[in-house]
Amino acid sequence: MNNTPLLEMEGISKRFPGVVALDRVDLTVGAGEVVALIGENGAGKSTLMNILGGAIARDGGTIKINGAPVEINSPRDAAAYGIEFIHQELSVLDNLDVAANIFLRREPTFGGPLKLIDRGRIYKEADVLVRKLGLDISSRTLLSRLSIAQQQLVEIARALSAGARMIIMDEPTSSLTLTETRRLLEIVHDLKSQNVSVIYISHRLHEVEEIADRAVVLRDGKNAGVLQRDEINHERMVRMMVGRDLKDFFTAAGGKEGVPAKNEGQGFEVRRLRTLRYPKHNISFNVADGEVLGFAGLVGAGRSEMARAIFGVEDAHETEVVLDGKALKITGPRDAIAHGIYLVPEDRRQSGLIVDFNVRENISLPNLDAYSSAKIINFSKESKAAIDASKAINIKTPTPEMRAANLSGGNQQKVVLAKWLTFAPQVLIFDEPTRGIDVGAKAEIYQLIRNLAANGVSVIVISSEMEEVLGISDRIAVMHEGRLTGILERSQFSEEAVMHLATGTEG
Amino acid sequence: MKKELGIFILLVVLCIITSIYNPNFLSTINLQNTGRQIGAFGIFSIGLGLVIITGGIELSVGSMMGLLGVLLSMMLTEWNLGIVLALLGCIAIAMALGLGHGLLITRLNMQPFIVTLCGLLFYRGVARFISGDETKGFGTVAGLDFLRFLANGNLFGIPMPFVLLIIISAITWVVLHRSVYGRYLFATGRNPEAARYAGINTKGIITLTYVICGALTAISGMIFAFYTNSVSPANHGNAYELYGIAAAVLGGCSLRGGEGSVIGIVIGTALLQVLRNLVNLLDIPSSLDFAVMGAVILIGVMADQIFTERRNRRQIALMREMSAREAQSN
Repeated sequence: MNNTPLLEMEGISKRFPGVVALDRVDLTVGAGEVVALIGENGAGKSTLMNILGGAIARDGGTIKINGAPVEINSPRDAAAYGIEFIHQELSVLDNLDVAANIFLRREPTFGGPLKLIDRGRIYKEADVLVRKLGLDISSRTLLSRLSIAQQQLVEIARALSAGARMIIMDEPTSSLTLTETRRLLEIVHDLKSQNVSVIYISHRLHEVEEIADRAVVLRDGKNAGVLQRDEINHERMVRMMVGRDLKDFFTAAGGKEGVPAKNEGQGFEVRRLRTLRYPKHNISFNVADGEVLGFAGLVGAGRSEMARAIFGVEDAHETEVVLDGKALKITGPRDAIAHGIYLVPEDRRQSGLIVDFNVRENISLPNLDAYSSAKIINFSKESKAAIDASKAINIKTPTPEMRAANLSGGNQQKVVLAKWLTFAPQVLIFDEPTRGIDVGAKAEIYQLIRNLAANGVSVIVISSEMEEVLGISDRIAVMHEGRLTGILERSQFSEEAVMHLATGTEG
Repeated sequence: MKKELGIFILLVVLCIITSIYNPNFLSTINLQNTGRQIGAFGIFSIGLGLVIITGGIELSVGSMMGLLGVLLSMMLTEWNLGIVLALLGCIAIAMALGLGHGLLITRLNMQPFIVTLCGLLFYRGVARFISGDETKGFGTVAGLDFLRFLANGNLFGIPMPFVLLIIISAITWVVLHRSVYGRYLFATGRNPEAARYAGINTKGIITLTYVICGALTAISGMIFAFYTNSVSPANHGNAYELYGIAAAVLGGCSLRGGEGSVIGIVIGTALLQVLRNLVNLLDIPSSLDFAVMGAVILIGVMADQIFTERRNRRQIALMREMSAREAQSN
């Protein structure tokens, strides 16, 4: 083993409109080394990896491979240097079979200029690769018939067959079961023994403890520190990631001690909700006025489906929604909105906003009748409402005529929220409210959520971030594969307790 | 507004060039004829433009006009239904066809292109069948003077179809650019999912738009029928959907949906008709007719794309400036 690391990233910087995403970040990875890249959402991990993977251009800094400076301007360039990126949202083509996915863009051909695919060869080679990874499937299987874990292994097989020297894994276990996670960690070990380096991005700190040779911590777009193998433990990682004690972070926003007094017949209640995805399980819970009920669980636990079913954008097999003792009939978002039940959806650019609309048009959209007479919109009234809302919750935009697409993530999220604040909310459901939002805006969103609760709104916060859900909630409901596995009172809050319920293991 | 200004300037330039090379362009009779064409084509093009703003397409307007023309003639001359009933019947049928398209698209999730392509084929076939593939006229039916006036007459020298276009575009302008319905239409066309999350009845909006398109198509269809005074079932309105799409796209409508304006569509229509006129007046071989139109549309849309990107870059620069200022003050 020589002393030049396989990869050196030095002084990498990147600015986005409204945000410094990376500020002179360094990262080195040796051959056959497993480096965990950790940090809160918005710390800059994805940006750094997207720069390495050639998906976005850096503003400053150098990248060296084996000591030689390189330019990586596209995923193709990255692949040429042996860098393969396995994204959290898998990039497999599920209309094609395993072999076609593994050999995509590198198909062996015959017939000269006809470029006919050598089918015999790709299936034979793909079968070998797949078996090596312990997958018991034929390479002729369509990807759409595989589980997420299996699809992920197909991506790893693709990376290996492309001659990867380094594989970036972004939250690889976020949708996996415990057994599948174990299997993946074993594969990471195998890769290491084959001298393939792995950059492992994860929020699951116990996985990092288990497999990482080194943990590189990012915070607010800067290097926050490095932990060597023997220094890696949960406590130190958390402290480095957050940069202050967790409790401090949430003091302004923190949940109330004890359960709020429950007035009989008040608040919001969901009974026997059965989503289309998990028709076998039914979910019942209640949220008192002024209470924040967190929903924890792994990705795919059915929390978003539940939220969409309550809001009426997704059908449900059966549900009963009760607000202040009155049963409601919700067959679409319009009914929910009419009853003061609102959703701040998970994917704000796709569902929460019309990114090509400006701030004014976005904020007024669900409440247009309030700004119009005889169905004709009064633009000055509309504009004033947008300016007022921007001031009230500190949306940073030079003008209400700014296209929402040009705002930073945090400000976009505030626009989504502003839409609903023009009404008088009874129930507000937040689905991953701070995903992809920088730390400053995050704190503001937490404060807004607490303020809503203080004003008597029943709030539901679905979050996959442990710190967030522990910090913001008065109680935490935990789901696992469509089942509500438990509801924790504040005195029972701990990362372990949530994780046990979320992974379906008995605590 | 800047978008429309761009193609308006193009229109003016073309008019000036044409009138320099052939002063007949400015003769009363030529202006009236061109105006009449603009009126008749503009009315259904607005309907088609609204559909394009929903993110859809309506390919059957030409065939629908053929079918309606045949039906109008038969209702008047063969079934003797009377003028009022025949007119209302035609408009109702067109709206019902639009409703059918809208329901197939929103309830069965069928693609607008396919639904309306089938309409294009189907209505043409029906028109030819019920007429026995014979050209239909209006014979000696009494009381058609007023309808003929709407198609061929002038009001203070302005051709009536053009007057109708101005009235209809004024109404649709208010609906599209000032009313709640218009905002919902843009939202639905831009991002149907977010529109639904905001509580908008997107299916209803889309369906209603196809119905409006049907009604405007019927009005245009009747103007064409009285303008030519006969309806050839195989040719009446043939390929007019392409003029409508071209006018809408020239006028700034995006086939991706959520973008466009009434004024743009009207100017787009005018530009197309002036181009046809120009080919005639400048002795350009009429076989080049389509080639000239194709080239102008391509250039127009390209220019628009460039302007849009430039405007967006300016906004991003504005955001950068603001965050830089903030970083300084912190």
